[in-house]
Amino acid sequence: MITHISFWALAVVAVLAGAAVFYVNSMARASYALAVSFIAVGVQVLLLQQNYVGVVTILMMVMEMAVMAVYMVMFMGMNPALMPMSMVHDKRHALAAAVGSFVLLAAGAVLIPWPARRGRPPAGVTVALGEELMGPKMLVMGVVGAVMAATIVAGVVLAAHRTRYDRFGDDLRRRPAKDPQPGGVGR
Amino acid sequence: MTLQTVLLVAAALFSVGLYGALSQQVVVMVMMGLELMLNGLILAAAGFWWFLAPDPSGQVLLLVIIVAMTVEMAMGFAVATHLHRVRRVDMTDMAADLNG
Repeated sequence: MITHISFWALAVVAVLAGAAVFYVNSMARASYALAVSFIAVGVQVLLLQQNYVGVVTILMMVMEMAVMAVYMVMFMGMNPALMPMSMVHDKRHALAAAVGSFVLLAAGAVLIPWPARRGRPPAGVTVALGEELMGPKMLVMGVVGAVMAATIVAGVVLAAHRTRYDRFGDDLRRRPAKDPQPGGVGR
Repeated sequence: MTLQTVLLVAAALFSVGLYGALSQQVVVMVMMGLELMLNGLILAAAGFWWFLAPDPSGQVLLLVIIVAMTVEMAMGFAVATHLHRVRRVDMTDMAADLNG
């Protein structure tokens, strides 16, 4: 009973906080609302007995929202907690698409005759996940590792202030390189 | 708490996120919309795992969704940084070069 009440309370918090992201009039408040929504969903995932995934979701999203708040201060050039803003376009079509997708998904959730549960959860869910990742699902772990490494490289290349194209031109043939400070071997 | 109720909540989160991703102009706010959509996906996947087939493979899928969210965040921040440096803008409408 407590689980059911907790689930519904968290569901209300998650959805309302999610809606608040696009309702509040500052980006800082929006990022905090999103963090609240993620925490509520993380606890719901914990209620579904997935301790590791739930905790990872909560920790990751709280950190991400902190980064996002710093980001807004850096690039918006204002105190985002105090500056009201409303920057939307095509609100009517977006609302129609959102309502349509909810009706479609809700109809599917309610009308589909879902099969009965197959099997039982393992005694140690987190241990089982670890053994799965380090055993039969090692390929997933390998691919995830490669994707994360590629993301780091791509992120740094995109965010870097100067790259080899700035130094050597679009065809990489400019010599000597265009550097802010002249110098180096042979120059 | 049933699979249907979990999926209904997930659908609500996904739809709210879709509204944000389509309607917001600031790149960071668009990312927030995408993350809300992935938030709903996480909940739906957790519900499927618990109510249909609670074996470890389903948890691996959840982990992949979380990784997708991480990659989206990292690349989104990188693109926003690049966009801001090159054009001094943070709005999607001012970076519509590849638009249709």
